Amino acid sequence: MLGLQVLILVGGLGGWEMLSRLEWLDPFFFSMPSMIAARLATWFFNGTAQGSIWFQIWVTVEEALAGFLAGASAGVVAGIVLGRNRLAADVLSVYILIANAIPRIVLAPIFVMSLGLGMASKIAVAFVMVFFVVFANAFQGVREADRNIVAHAQILGASPWQITRTVIIPSALSWIFASLHVSFGFAIVGAVVGELLGARYGIGQMIATAQGNFDAAGVFAGMIVLVAVALLADLTMTLIERRLARWRPPSAHEMQTQAGRS
Amino acid sequence: MLPPRRWRLAVEMTSAIAFDAVNLWFHAQDGSALQTLRDFNMQVGRGEFVALVGPTGCGKSTTLNLITGLLRPSSGSVRLFGETVTGIDPRVGFVFQADALFPWRNVIDNVVLGPMYRGAEKSAAYVQAQRWLEIVGLAKFARHYPHQLSGGMRKRVALAQTFINKPEILLMDEPFSALDVQTRGLMQDELLELWSSTGASVVFVTHDLEEAIALADRVYVLTAGPATVKSSYVIDLPRPRVTTEIRYDPRFIEISRQIWHDLRDEVQKSPVAMVAANV
Repeated sequence: MLGLQVLILVGGLGGWEMLSRLEWLDPFFFSMPSMIAARLATWFFNGTAQGSIWFQIWVTVEEALAGFLAGASAGVVAGIVLGRNRLAADVLSVYILIANAIPRIVLAPIFVMSLGLGMASKIAVAFVMVFFVVFANAFQGVREADRNIVAHAQILGASPWQITRTVIIPSALSWIFASLHVSFGFAIVGAVVGELLGARYGIGQMIATAQGNFDAAGVFAGMIVLVAVALLADLTMTLIERRLARWRPPSAHEMQTQAGRS
Repeated sequence: MLPPRRWRLAVEMTSAIAFDAVNLWFHAQDGSALQTLRDFNMQVGRGEFVALVGPTGCGKSTTLNLITGLLRPSSGSVRLFGETVTGIDPRVGFVFQADALFPWRNVIDNVVLGPMYRGAEKSAAYVQAQRWLEIVGLAKFARHYPHQLSGGMRKRVALAQTFINKPEILLMDEPFSALDVQTRGLMQDELLELWSSTGASVVFVTHDLEEAIALADRVYVLTAGPATVKSSYVIDLPRPRVTTEIRYDPRFIEISRQIWHDLRDEVQKSPVAMVAANV
């Protein structure tokens, strides 16, 4: 299994390198793996034009993280409040529908114009990218809470707030987590798009600079750094989720992989 | 000083649960209405164990929802200890047909919920929960999650979860119907033992006539929907009973034949049976 996976990687990169060296692919536009690797090495060992690569990564991660945390918490709170409040949900549903129909990424230019080239505009883009996804899931999660368990809690003596805390939130949690998983990726997209449109630091800004200089290797190298960041974020998310959802029976898929390993 | 004798008698005479000429309609969105209960009258005495039997879908569970206050009657009244039901009464406990345990909480965290909701102090609540787990024989499983337990064990948790609140009125909606026959017998005996030490009044809904007779002091037979009480039978089998053995008692068989006669007509009238007959 792993062997085949490695084979595909080696074959793909080797093919790309060869095609570029033979000039079947124009290295000016498509670069080649060796040049990209060299660029990554320069970035990591000698730094970038704007300073240390770690600082660039940190800027992007910080923006994504801030937008994600703010967007996710706002989304969770709004989803639970509206999910528990029929009237508010009915009144606001039209506006939510409209807001949800706007492709969020087109808001990026407005934020860059109004909030400037600093971090605030990127955090704002990441925020709107995350908010709606988390909100929609939290709302749905609240609505899907098991009526039997709610009735049971009522009879055991729970107040509405106790029901929210001990029934609604835990049962919405798997929905919320599913959305957090996806939306952290969206937060990174938001931060990077904000940087592409205008920034002083960050991976997106490095990609934009490379593009401005017709430096294909720089663009690809920036992409690889982004992929690594996104994968790490995804892994962290999975680990946190697994800790919080200990109560759940392992899914059929997980059981299979466990059986496969043992 | 005791209150005047006449007054005391009146209090003692008040039944735990009283349905008085209750009608219940469900209104659909297209304006049509479906009647679920028709002129429903029933009394449950204090400490009495009552079973309701009737054809599937006749409205047995609906009566329980009226007692909890989750539903209100369209007309007539439902009273607990003489007071009209206006909301969820803290004296009521409910054991559901489906699994209503909180899957994200382990066993002891499930059992402790009732006292915690009612404002008990945390450490005291856990001591109490531990004691109830010992009573139902699950002390060793306090840290297990519901999905790690068998169906019978989950029912025991549900019983502990309900009994810890010391309900004066215990409602049970086909609680053991999902269990296999052997486990069901064990759970029935366990229920009788728990109940005998509390003196709660019980309404036990089931479609299993033998279960009803084995457990109850009185069995109400309901008609096919809209449900009304067709007849009621006093079960004069001696207590304590062992449900798994009482079935072979000649008196049990006699009662069961008598009630089945009554019930059969209703089962044949119910829409489910008619569909089956047409097939």
